[in-house]
Amino acid sequence: MSLDFKYGFDDFFRDETFVDDFTYRNSPQNIRRFPFPFDRDDYMYSVNMEPHVPGRKGSVFEKTFDVDEHYLSEMRDRARVLAADPLRCQSLPHMTLAGWDLLELIMETKAREYPQWFSLTKDGNRWHWINRPLGIDQKFTFLDESTLPYGPMEYITRQTQGDFTLQDEREGTLWVDAGMVTTQADWSLDFNIGMNFHEWHAPVPLAHEKGIFDRALKFLLKLQHGSPVRRYNWTMTVNPLLDTAPETYPEWGHMRTALTQENMGNMMHLRVELQTLYRLPRSNAILFDIRAYLGKFEELVQVPKWGRRLHRVVRDIHPDLATYKGFIRNRDAMALWLSKYDDGAPTSPGWWPED
Amino acid sequence: MTKTEFPPSIISRPVYGQLAPRPGAFHLFVADGEGAEAVVELFDKADPSLKSRAHILYTAGPNGTDQWDKIAALGANQAQKAASIPTLLFRLARVLQDTPMDAQIYLTGTEGLMGQAERDVMALGFPHVDIQKEHRGSTVRRVQCVHCKGITENVRMDPFQCSHCGLHLFVRDHYSRRLAAFQGVNIDAEDKGQIPPAVERFK
Ligand code: HEM
Repeated sequence: MSLDFKYGFDDFFRDETFVDDFTYRNSPQNIRRFPFPFDRDDYMYSVNMEPHVPGRKGSVFEKTFDVDEHYLSEMRDRARVLAADPLRCQSLPHMTLAGWDLLELIMETKAREYPQWFSLTKDGNRWHWINRPLGIDQKFTFLDESTLPYGPMEYITRQTQGDFTLQDEREGTLWVDAGMVTTQADWSLDFNIGMNFHEWHAPVPLAHEKGIFDRALKFLLKLQHGSPVRRYNWTMTVNPLLDTAPETYPEWGHMRTALTQENMGNMMHLRVELQTLYRLPRSNAILFDIRAYLGKFEELVQVPKWGRRLHRVVRDIHPDLATYKGFIRNRDAMALWLSKYDDGAPTSPGWWPED
Repeated sequence: MTKTEFPPSIISRPVYGQLAPRPGAFHLFVADGEGAEAVVELFDKADPSLKSRAHILYTAGPNGTDQWDKIAALGANQAQKAASIPTLLFRLARVLQDTPMDAQIYLTGTEGLMGQAERDVMALGFPHVDIQKEHRGSTVRRVQCVHCKGITENVRMDPFQCSHCGLHLFVRDHYSRRLAAFQGVNIDAEDKGQIPPAVERFK
């Protein structure tokens, strides 16, 4: 058994790359739905969590698991990364049940929300999954690993945009004991697997002192099945690299030195992570979905409010955050480029493009 | 509090206390180098009957310190000297097969030894409340190269060259208990060839 994709690129699903010639970009419609993460003109860490309920039509919040124009190319990039380094997907032995929980959640939700692309039919534990964009037609037995070409977590996350980690709850904290991580902002699953909530967050500056992780953990331990929550995180990425792993840092780190005022608009990307958290029913594990969206500076400044605001956030960010996020060396050049799009006019509260 | 003074650090970095005798039917000690002194001090504090229920595994420290004589003189029920940390860990695996789940476990010496012993002990399900750790002796680090995944033992200098792939790495405080290792990251990934002079950070 194997999982062979037949990519159905068409007018909607773009055929593009996240390496080498970097042909990734957003269509004009997709720029308007970019999840711009700043609801005001400045930024500091906070316990920013809200219920993950359906949002505005057309926005990335409309559906539970957003499928957008980059879907097929992202799945191809994930397969490329996994072929080079299988350690990007790992599951400790006690996490298999949580993997089935995850597979069920994604299959049921996608089949319901995108019936034109996905279908799931069940006859007891005999399930039939169809993923039309990737050309997959799979019959298998739910909870029987031998009937799928990969373990349940790997099988379904090779077909789903976003990184995924599964947290076991023990001893009053969460343990990151499984994950599919190929689109990460510079952290290593292989190094972090088995750590608890405070350990894996150890490198983050300022937030521990502000009590943010204590409060966030308390909140998460109360998370209920059926009531997922979401939050944003963001960083900056030079070139549309989905895979900015520490493992491959020697391959992509030098790109940070190539920025000029001329190429800034095309090369510098705001990388937004829409993070959603779910309590899973059988395993009681917590699912963490980290969905990365890349927007070129030249794309984002097409929305005047975003251009003004991005300039102010980058210009005024705490240097410890810019250092941690890896853009301190380029911060002034970025602010200079963005300043052309900031006329000083006031911006409206909230992150939506027009209001 | 620990007797070794470590500079302020992030919270994934392990912290160490001071060994104290606790009641138990079996007492397992794993020590290297100057850790022998912590074992001796504990025996001094403990009820004399502890001796007859104690098993000590010892090896010399990465700085060459060998205090096996002190261990041998304690008169523990069982005590063995291993040729190196890896051979000590093989012995430990065998000893743990016969160790009761309510045993008291004492780890002391360098971080590399304590981290690996703790990893093996915890993998067998021993509760970590029954594991005590006290740092003694050398502060050299066991470092995993995040790029090639190779482990370099006894790292003193920062940055240093990965003993496997040859990349120049800086040593983070980020620590994985599963790997019993700190993380090393390429220092000239951005500015190729610009490698600052190495400083002896760990002795
Ligand atoms: C339970 C699931 C979660 C996982 C697996 C997770 C994982 C991570 C990881 C691996 C990092 C990078 C750390 C590094 O530098 O090595 C990180 C950063 C961070 N996390 Fe989480 N996290 C989770 C939940 C949360 C929650 C609920 C909050 C809410 C406050 C949060 C806040 C942060 C912040 C503020 C950062 C720094 C991000 C930046 O500046 O780019 N995390 N997280």
